[in-house]
Amino acid sequence: MSVTQILFWFLSILALFGAIMVVVSRNPVHSVLWLIMTFFAISGHYIVLNAQFLAVVNIIVYAGAIMVLFLFVIMLMNLNKTAAPKRNRWLKLAGGIAGGCLMLVLVAALRDSELKGQFAQVNTGDIGLIKSLGKELFTTYVIPFELSSILFLSAMVGAVVLGKKD
Amino acid sequence: MYLLAIDWFFIIEKLLLIVCIVTLSMVVAMYSTYGERKVAGFFQDRLGPNRAGPFGLLQPLADAGKLFFKEEIIPLASSKFLFILGPALAMITALLTSAVIPWSTPLQIGDRVVPLQIADINVGILFVFAAVSVGVYGIMIGGWASNNKFSLLAGIRGASQMVSYELPMGLALLGVLLFVGDLRMSSIVQSQIDNGWHVFYQPIGFIVFFVCALAECNRTPFDLPEAESELNFGYHQEYSSMKLGFYLFAEYINMFISCVVMTCLFFGGYDIPFVNEAEWGLHPNLLALIGFAVIMGKSLFFVFVFMWIRWTVPRFRFDQLMNLGWKKLIPLALVNMVISAALILWLKK
Repeated sequence: MSVTQILFWFLSILALFGAIMVVVSRNPVHSVLWLIMTFFAISGHYIVLNAQFLAVVNIIVYAGAIMVLFLFVIMLMNLNKTAAPKRNRWLKLAGGIAGGCLMLVLVAALRDSELKGQFAQVNTGDIGLIKSLGKELFTTYVIPFELSSILFLSAMVGAVVLGKKD
Repeated sequence: MYLLAIDWFFIIEKLLLIVCIVTLSMVVAMYSTYGERKVAGFFQDRLGPNRAGPFGLLQPLADAGKLFFKEEIIPLASSKFLFILGPALAMITALLTSAVIPWSTPLQIGDRVVPLQIADINVGILFVFAAVSVGVYGIMIGGWASNNKFSLLAGIRGASQMVSYELPMGLALLGVLLFVGDLRMSSIVQSQIDNGWHVFYQPIGFIVFFVCALAECNRTPFDLPEAESELNFGYHQEYSSMKLGFYLFAEYINMFISCVVMTCLFFGGYDIPFVNEAEWGLHPNLLALIGFAVIMGKSLFFVFVFMWIRWTVPRFRFDQLMNLGWKKLIPLALVNMVISAALILWLKK
């Protein structure tokens, strides 16, 4: 096994374990912390794929800003174990079936897709580097990029308007 | 020596470098506590620590010994794992940032060139931001795991302060990054060696960055998370022994590292002003030592400025802090960014 393979398996196990713990943990604060660990593992995957910019931005934006806001809300709500809603057994079953169906569809789609024979380019390629990413965003994908910027702007304005209501 | 397709000499070299830099940060942080008390003494017309050793120079060792042997108390109702994780995270994230700092010109050992930088990654400055933004968790987890409302309030204050000051910090830097055209720390320093220090091109950017660095390190006038007079002792109120020591220590390491980052970004890093040291014909190792001394001198000067500010300016109120961050610094940094972008576009055509 080469180093990248060892890294890949290590990061995959870490990410999957973290993601399962997010769902399983009883305490919501612990769930958030496990989610942060999952983000770190995914950033590691980006680095293995030679996409350093994506990796760092994933940590800055998701692990560093969005999850902090999550933690804020959860810490201030002071959720206790007793406050957690009682889970219905039928609801659990329905959830399991729905999730299983989604997984089935995804696996089937991946099995028949054209990507099947291709492997991820590890340690090569410069698609994830900041220069090529910026060039692509501002030439090929300039209209979707600007549209999403307008979406963000309207969300920001909406937040300010809502905050100023009273 | 190749095993698993890894150059093990490279690994050993980097490990040695990491050990050296971590030790350096620790020692500087230790003596910053001494320096802080001496500076405070000077500003308040007292002597400061002068009992342990000549001029009180052994005072930091005495303090560390005291912290090590104090009784360790973990509150019963707290989450024990997270209670320990808090200070550990604070320490780790404080030390992480030093990985991308170029400390000096490369050393030459035999025919091997050893760069005095742990990792020259091509998103260097973004790595610094990532480490800073993850640094919030040390404070938040510590505050929450203490199971104390004052600690929780302080932790949340600290986190909101750090999240809000990260924005102007990033925006203030954009001017420099536009000028350099690269995110590597080494090329940011090299650009200043070629063209002169960035502080002359980006004075507004520097001021905004400096204020944000003060806020990110939780130093007075932005020490709201600690605020002894209203929150008792802030987020580390329930901590004792070396865990408290880790929090206090991490703060000093943060201060030192942010001063080094500031030196690299705006004051030329290891560059000596007005002279071209490469023309002196000195041995590369000697040049590297001189460069290292220069970067340390500049950084320690900023550490002194941080202390100077602490003992001169009173603390902000929390709403004043938020107003300054969101309503003054962010617009200022945005205007600075637009003007410098326009100038660079106009001059480089």
